[in-house]
Amino acid sequence: MSGGQADALPVHFGVGDKVRVRVAHPPGHLRTPWYIRGQRGAVERICGAFANPEELAYNRPGLPRQPLYRIRFRQTDLWPDYAGPKTDTVEVEIYQHWLEPDEAAP
Amino acid sequence: MSGTHHHDHDHGHDHPHAHPTAPDADDLMGYYQLMEVAVRELLIEKGVFTGEDIRRQIERMDGANAGRGGLLVARAWTDPAFKARALADGSAACREIGLEVGALKLIVVENTPSLHNLIVCTLCSCYPRPLLGLPPDWYKSRAYRSRAVREPRAVLAEFGTVIPDDVEVRVHDSTADMRYLVLPRRPDGTDGWSEEKLAELATRDSMVGVALAASP
Repeated sequence: MSGGQADALPVHFGVGDKVRVRVAHPPGHLRTPWYIRGQRGAVERICGAFANPEELAYNRPGLPRQPLYRIRFRQTDLWPDYAGPKTDTVEVEIYQHWLEPDEAAP
Repeated sequence: MSGTHHHDHDHGHDHPHAHPTAPDADDLMGYYQLMEVAVRELLIEKGVFTGEDIRRQIERMDGANAGRGGLLVARAWTDPAFKARALADGSAACREIGLEVGALKLIVVENTPSLHNLIVCTLCSCYPRPLLGLPPDWYKSRAYRSRAVREPRAVLAEFGTVIPDDVEVRVHDSTADMRYLVLPRRPDGTDGWSEEKLAELATRDSMVGVALAASP
């Protein structure tokens, strides 16, 4: 499940790390929702490594497996007019190749 | 209808007018429905599986229902050590109590006095089917899928679930390989209840997070 196995990429981020979701619009089968691209969040947990669905969708093996993270976002960061308290959050599963370190994070 | 009646028998009330009928839904096969039928028939012809295999699988999927998720919740309500294991590894906890979940990778998220969890799949309709059965139509609707992440408190209120502002609402978007089940809060007034009785309070909607567990 976790990284380190021969067909899985090494895990780049740890729990609590600040990350930013890449802004990209490649064609094909993507599991990164539009509303979360370019957004900043933090790693909530590492779910293991999974074959890349963008490859699987085209009947390719999707290897090496991509580490999958759950990223926690603040609702008020996602939607400037969010109608609810600042403490509300969204958690989304994001594959590692969609994540980059958030250099701007404090 | 056209009103052209060619029959000549008495036009009495034993023979009501023909009214327009709704077309049968399966009269209208789209491109992908046709492709599915064609591929299925080819695979059966090639002996990859049989029609009986498909029927049995559909029967199995249709037969799963939220009662299975309720068993997990009831055990977690009554056994704190089990609850801790379920929160650490949901799939392992299912197997521990004899719930076969196949390849399901389950994350159990716990409601607390300061946190309310809500499950959605904004991309399609990912849902913990082995534990809850087939997803309800509203779960698959575009309205729920888009609004659950955009205005979850308004959506919850429409389900009759008003969450106070001092309780965090946490939405889980099942976009990839994991599936989610909400562990609702155990209702008051259920001290000493059997697991069997408690399981009935863990309704489907409470395990999706659009409702609280039923009151005793």
